Amino acid sequence: MTIKIILALVYLVIVFWLAFKGWRETRQASDYMLAGRQMHPFVMAMSYGATFISTSAIIGFGGAAGMFGFPLLWLTVLNIFVGVFIAFVFFGKRTRRMGVTLDAHTFPELLGLRYQSRFIQGFAGLIIFLFIPIYAAAVLIGICRMIEVNLEIPFAHALLGFTVILAVYVITGGLKGVMYTEAFQGSLMFAMMLVMLVFAYSSLGGVTEAHQALTDLAPHMPENLKAGGMLGWTQGAQLGSPLWLVIYTTLVWGVGVGVLAQPQLAVRYMTVNSDRELNRAVLFGGVFIVAMTGIAFVVGALSNVIFFQSQAFAGKVAIQAAGGNMDKIIPVFVTDIMPEWFGVLFLLAMFAAAMSTLASQYHAGGTSLGRDFYEKGMGAQVSDPLKVNRATVGIIIIITTIWAWVLPPSIIAKATAFFFGLCAAAFLPCFFLGLYWRGVTRAGAMVSMVGGFIISAFYLLFVHSAESAPLGLCQAMFGVDSLALLAEKGSALWKLQFVDPNIVAMPISFALAFLVSLASAKLPKEHLDFCWKRL
Amino acid sequence: MLGIASPELALAYVLCLAASVLCVVYGIIKWNDTGVLSMELQDSAKEDE
Repeated sequence: MTIKIILALVYLVIVFWLAFKGWRETRQASDYMLAGRQMHPFVMAMSYGATFISTSAIIGFGGAAGMFGFPLLWLTVLNIFVGVFIAFVFFGKRTRRMGVTLDAHTFPELLGLRYQSRFIQGFAGLIIFLFIPIYAAAVLIGICRMIEVNLEIPFAHALLGFTVILAVYVITGGLKGVMYTEAFQGSLMFAMMLVMLVFAYSSLGGVTEAHQALTDLAPHMPENLKAGGMLGWTQGAQLGSPLWLVIYTTLVWGVGVGVLAQPQLAVRYMTVNSDRELNRAVLFGGVFIVAMTGIAFVVGALSNVIFFQSQAFAGKVAIQAAGGNMDKIIPVFVTDIMPEWFGVLFLLAMFAAAMSTLASQYHAGGTSLGRDFYEKGMGAQVSDPLKVNRATVGIIIIITTIWAWVLPPSIIAKATAFFFGLCAAAFLPCFFLGLYWRGVTRAGAMVSMVGGFIISAFYLLFVHSAESAPLGLCQAMFGVDSLALLAEKGSALWKLQFVDPNIVAMPISFALAFLVSLASAKLPKEHLDFCWKRL
Repeated sequence: MLGIASPELALAYVLCLAASVLCVVYGIIKWNDTGVLSMELQDSAKEDE
């Protein structure tokens, strides 16, 4: 235990030293962007990876793969093809050009300037401020579950301790996009995931043998999962069953597509100096993501066989070995199955994954509240923006910590999917159309954004039982946990309670943007020419 | 295929690797393609104002 804590402290010293080094060099450089441009491609690659991937992806969704198996691999396909290729090639390049031309500093500001609307900037800022803490809490829970299992520190202590360390990290230079730190963190994550993959496949006798053993384990699928439609970990779920809908509409589609409208990612496009960085990021991102989520999902699924065959957990599959908490599957696997030395290094890799992602989430949340909502949306006079930014980041950190404390077990993947789905419904139509269609109007963008948000909120409160049941408003007003329960059991309407809100809200939001734009006043031609000048 | 019972999930396994290869090939082909630099965009925007 002492060695684990000493290693964790050594790691933190390295991270803070690198953060300080990068921060000092950045201040000395005459041009911050130029300093980034001179970075070695390896440093660039690893830093991209560290910010892409968080504990939510590895621990949360890795745990989901432990429960649901290989269907999660479709999310990796989307992570790479949509989250990297389409995001950088079809969104990133245009976002950079339009964003820099319009001098936008945040994602809501880009939308606000594109549509010449303070309301759009303020409303987008408000949504991000209100809901990004839930996503950040998912990432925070991921690392704290790992600390809880691996270092045997109570969850509450881990939560407070890690938050304090992170707050110091963010203040000492995490916001500056310190690439040395991120490169160190990315390298550690990459190496640990490869070790985990080799361990899992070799302990089960090879790739095909491991998959076959998982296939043969299907009869041991827990009864409650079978009742929900699960057939097996490599067999997937029965088409149209409740769990099939949860896996494909929420976890795969919601997260896979929602990544396109993530405010903290869109900001990155505007901070690079040319398309070259984006092109190279496609290469590195493609390799990094398959090594992160791909491996996490394969190992998460295979952990069922390894737990089942182990002496310590004989006869138990992953979710049973983790005491019923999906979020603990990967931490228990790493701590109790993998060699002890790996447990320590994996914990540090998860520190890395959490720190780099949380720093960008806190930053995105803080600027959304301070710059987008308060300063631009409300029209407040701000004399010291830096001070406001620090205060708003502090508010986001506190709210995130509270969410991480109150959210229930097995929540990481769901909370992440919630934020991604919300972003897809509220922002994706006006973001995408804003980049590609001159005809979308201010009214079209406003109605789409507000409409997408309201439909998502309605669906969450009254239809999607995963949220509507615990929230209780539907029960109080209509006497049922979901309006879908009023339909005949097993019918298509009844199954709507398992369909993710974004499946309904995003298409309606797109339709609203399109139809309202056809019927409302166009933006001035000079403004559109300016936006499109160098696209 | 590959010991995976469902063909569609075996396809997902293969597509993970294929999508990764696509990204690598794209990155190599476009390795030095800078497009218009952000500094040029800023200068150009200032001129218009």
